[in-house]
Amino acid sequence: MDTIITILPYLLEGLKTTLYIFIVAVILGFAIGLVIALFRLSPIKILNWIAKAFVNIIRGTPFIVQLFFIYFGLNSLQIFSMDNTTAGIVTVAINAGAYFAEIIRAGILSVDKGQTEAARSLGMTSTQNMVSIILPQAFRRMLPTITNQSIISLKDTSLLSVIGIADLTQRGQIQASATFEAFSVWITVGVLYFIIIYLLTLLANFLERRFELR
Amino acid sequence: MSIISVKNLKKSFGPNEVLKDINAEIQEREVVCVIGPSGSGKSTFLRCLNRLEDITGGQVIINGQDITSPKININKVRQQVGMVFQQFNLFPHKTVLENVMIAPIKVHSLSKESVKENALALLGKVGLREKAQQYPGELSGGQKQRVAIARALAMNPKIMLFDEPTSALDPEMVGDVLEVMKQLAKEGMTMVVVTHEMGFAREVGDRVLFMDGGYIVEENEPIQLFSNPQHERTKAFLSKVL
Ligand SMILES: Nc1ncnc2c1ncn2[C@@H]1O[C@H](COP(=O)(O)OP(=O)(O)OP(=O)(O)O)[C@@H](O)[C@H]1O
Ligand SMILES: [Mg+2]
Repeated sequence: MDTIITILPYLLEGLKTTLYIFIVAVILGFAIGLVIALFRLSPIKILNWIAKAFVNIIRGTPFIVQLFFIYFGLNSLQIFSMDNTTAGIVTVAINAGAYFAEIIRAGILSVDKGQTEAARSLGMTSTQNMVSIILPQAFRRMLPTITNQSIISLKDTSLLSVIGIADLTQRGQIQASATFEAFSVWITVGVLYFIIIYLLTLLANFLERRFELR
Repeated sequence: MSIISVKNLKKSFGPNEVLKDINAEIQEREVVCVIGPSGSGKSTFLRCLNRLEDITGGQVIINGQDITSPKININKVRQQVGMVFQQFNLFPHKTVLENVMIAPIKVHSLSKESVKENALALLGKVGLREKAQQYPGELSGGQKQRVAIARALAMNPKIMLFDEPTSALDPEMVGDVLEVMKQLAKEGMTMVVVTHEMGFAREVGDRVLFMDGGYIVEENEPIQLFSNPQHERTKAFLSKVL
């Protein structure tokens, strides 16, 4: 118990890093997902193809390989240099983006086509239709799956410790070897992750109720 | 000059030619009812009039503008042509009032305040002013359809298209919707109405088009067409529905 209290502030610092990376990456990932989903649904063949290729590549490779490619692979080209936090955020964002894209696409397709017909028959453009009519309805239906993917992405951030990011997991490792109290350290780390994911679920439930489909 | 002029209109879905050669002239303030058996192409014809369906061949001229021309801004034309659907297609995430306000707000970039009064007046006209703050999911079918009519009217259209507006309604709701449509007709709205309501066609229609197999087989004033059909197929159809 004493160990836990002494190491907690140190672990909480890591939790901050984890949350920071997670929040930035999920927001970025959602934007990527939206763009890719719109590409995927676009009648323009090349955009379609780009979107499909992107999703397939991300889904067809392990997260850790994506991370190494972006951090070590791209940096080795020496065209630009990316610090590990940036590389971590970019990897989580791109990875989540591919999965978000599929979720958003399915959400858009789930909206009855009569909605588009009504909007277009009123003289609204396809963009106005997408922004004001389709996406708000699609988003409500996507919330549970979006939450799920966000939770997966949060867990993925624990892999960023391998490129030296001092996130919650990395700090857990350091403490575990420094104190030889692996049991209490990892239980604490686990509880901290659990609490965050639990809060995330509560937030999602709240949003779902708030935007309940009428 | 006709406000709607359809010349040699053809429409295919893949290999399936649904409209074969449609010709029609509709005058301003005219109420034209379209009848015919299921699958004869009535909805497709109506949806070609605002290009909800891509037109395969021929011409559709709305208020002087050939909407088959690739140069036309179809959104501009659609602003003049309201449409009411069998399934209402109200926006479920918006209140009744927002449903009526959204098109003018988005299309004409107007403020909420500036369109609200007109929207409430339109809801009053269809008898639903007190439902303004409710959501479509809280309304009956007949009420939904009247909101849909108000929503279309909010763009101040010159023409209104109706695709079986009462077919999805419980019988006791049909009257209210037809009443609103009659009122519109009386005010001089140009209307094209696909309908199974022969009573409405007889009472309100200036002309009835009978469609079958992708053609307009016969057209006439309602009384003439119903009492004295010329074609065998018209006779066969009417004997089933009258
Ligand atoms: N989007 C579509 N894709 C393929 N075929 C279609 C499509 N829409 C309609 N059709 C076909 O076109 C034909 C005419 O359909 P349409 O809906 O115009 O008939 P209708 O006269 O309105 O019939 P109903 O009285 O049942 O509404 C039908 O055979 C239908 O299967
Ligand atoms: Mg039909």
